[in-house]
Amino acid sequence: MLPYLVGRVLQAILSMLVVISIVFVLARLSGNPVHLLLDVNATQQDVDILTRHLGLDKPLLVQYAIYVKNIALGDFGTSILTRRPVTEHLWERLPATVELGVVAMVLSIALGVPIGVYSAVHRGGVLDGAARVFAVLGQSMPPFWLGLMLILLFGVLLGVLPAGGHGGPLHLILPAFTLGYFTSAAIMRLTRSSMLEVLGSDYIKFARLKGLHEQIVLWKHGLKNALLPVITFAVMLFVQFLGGAVVTETVFAWPGLGRLILESITTRDYPIVQAGVLVLSALYLTANLCVDVLYSYLNPRIRHRSAAG
Amino acid sequence: MCVGLKRPRGKIVHADQDVQKVRSAFRLSDIGHWPLFPAIVLAALVFAALFAPYLARHDPREGDITRKSIPPIWMERGTWEHPLGTDRFGRDVLSRIIYGTRISLAVSLIAIGVAGTVGTAVGLISGYHGGAVDAILMRLTDIGLSLPTILIAVVLVAVSEPSFRNVVFVIALLLWPRFARQIRGETLAIKEQEYVALAVVAGRSSSWIISRHIFPNVVPTLLVVCTLQVGYVILLEGSLSFLGVGVPPPNPAWGLMIADGRGFLATAWWISLFPGLAMLLTVLAVNLLGDWLRDRLDPKLRQL
Repeated sequence: MLPYLVGRVLQAILSMLVVISIVFVLARLSGNPVHLLLDVNATQQDVDILTRHLGLDKPLLVQYAIYVKNIALGDFGTSILTRRPVTEHLWERLPATVELGVVAMVLSIALGVPIGVYSAVHRGGVLDGAARVFAVLGQSMPPFWLGLMLILLFGVLLGVLPAGGHGGPLHLILPAFTLGYFTSAAIMRLTRSSMLEVLGSDYIKFARLKGLHEQIVLWKHGLKNALLPVITFAVMLFVQFLGGAVVTETVFAWPGLGRLILESITTRDYPIVQAGVLVLSALYLTANLCVDVLYSYLNPRIRHRSAAG
Repeated sequence: MCVGLKRPRGKIVHADQDVQKVRSAFRLSDIGHWPLFPAIVLAALVFAALFAPYLARHDPREGDITRKSIPPIWMERGTWEHPLGTDRFGRDVLSRIIYGTRISLAVSLIAIGVAGTVGTAVGLISGYHGGAVDAILMRLTDIGLSLPTILIAVVLVAVSEPSFRNVVFVIALLLWPRFARQIRGETLAIKEQEYVALAVVAGRSSSWIISRHIFPNVVPTLLVVCTLQVGYVILLEGSLSFLGVGVPPPNPAWGLMIADGRGFLATAWWISLFPGLAMLLTVLAVNLLGDWLRDRLDPKLRQL
């Protein structure tokens, strides 16, 4: 197991390096911030001074090398607009995103997995039908539109919930539901289809043949195997969450990382865009690493193969 | 009726359980398996996309500013001229929705076609061959998946300037790893099956095994992934348009229309409501169709 772990960690680091490179190139392609920072009356001399000050006059490769070195040292630079360290900006915004993400994730798993299992076991029943309508609607709902309609209903017409902004638990309800509905539907669908597949398999038939209690068959033999693809998918979805937060955060004026990145793209504040995307990608790569390890633990065939290779 | 439910718990599963599966797949109450609704919606959409110039009564891009913010027909001030009302530039909402079908359908068909083909090929090759090929392809996939899709799409499209072509390209670029990852996972599991081992022992070539044994077995997964992705692409394109980095205005992209009405929810809610409904119906239809297809095309069911 150890060589596998080491190899897998190295892999994640390699992926991270590639992400860093992509992000760096992307940000450099998106336009020159010097012209945004100076007003129209700025002379060529002003432009030159600022360019040199920001280190933008150096060759791209040198800029890149400096950049990678600084990231390795944990220094993401300073915001071009506010001149404050980027890490400060990120730390300010990250809690709101994580808060929203965690609440939405818990909501979607708590809804998705049990409903999915129930739906698979009682396939064809009335509640299965209702659950699937709920799921299929959730999968089909444009999140930004759902958010707006919830604002229209609860914020404008009924006036019972805040239409946006960050504050107490009341402010969390609409954004968390908007963000979590799509995911809970996806998790439910996948749990259901995966569970159905597993329940039709020989080892489940065998477990029943052995006379094991149906609940044990379902939860121990069934769910454990059915969860494999669900886990992979749930992690993929969690990142969609962090990225998808751009949309939800924009709709609800939620002061999170996603909105910070979007704002920084508009103002071409490279260091913030880069650092924001890097932080989100690093979160994902770490989560993905954990999942792969868990995956191999849950599936002995893959564990032995990995250990051998 | 689903006989499986009546079965005494813990007893042997009947061999005819699969027959029950097929029967239950066509129950009316099981809305996910009822292809009529998606068929009608999708046919209407394709029809609208093809014949938009004949169906729409107004120019989707040019508005009459003197006729701005007219409410839908059933409200006071509503007119037959604009059944779903007009937006703040006096553009007819219905006409824009009709023309908008073209953007949504074209973006999703092209992006899914490209991403699905590339992703499936990568997943099959990677999962079956393993070793260095697998390592390299999966690193690429990991990198692709490690990018938060919407975020990177926003950055990419913003950098390459918003246009139809760039939106499609960026979506396809970000989408193929999802196919690759799922198909590879499935391939790994199928590879462990005895019939694959037997085929190897029988001296079959790997391309024969992939195309005869592996690919047919990943088709259901591919369909589910495709289903989720077609809907997802429409929603992604909508999100990009909503954030202002999709197909540029004044094109009638549904996401743009929803964003247009954002500031007028209290006074002119119809500007946002109807394009969102159109998007919801479209994605709903695609998702239901995929569900139905899956049950029809599942190899275990087909053997009957």
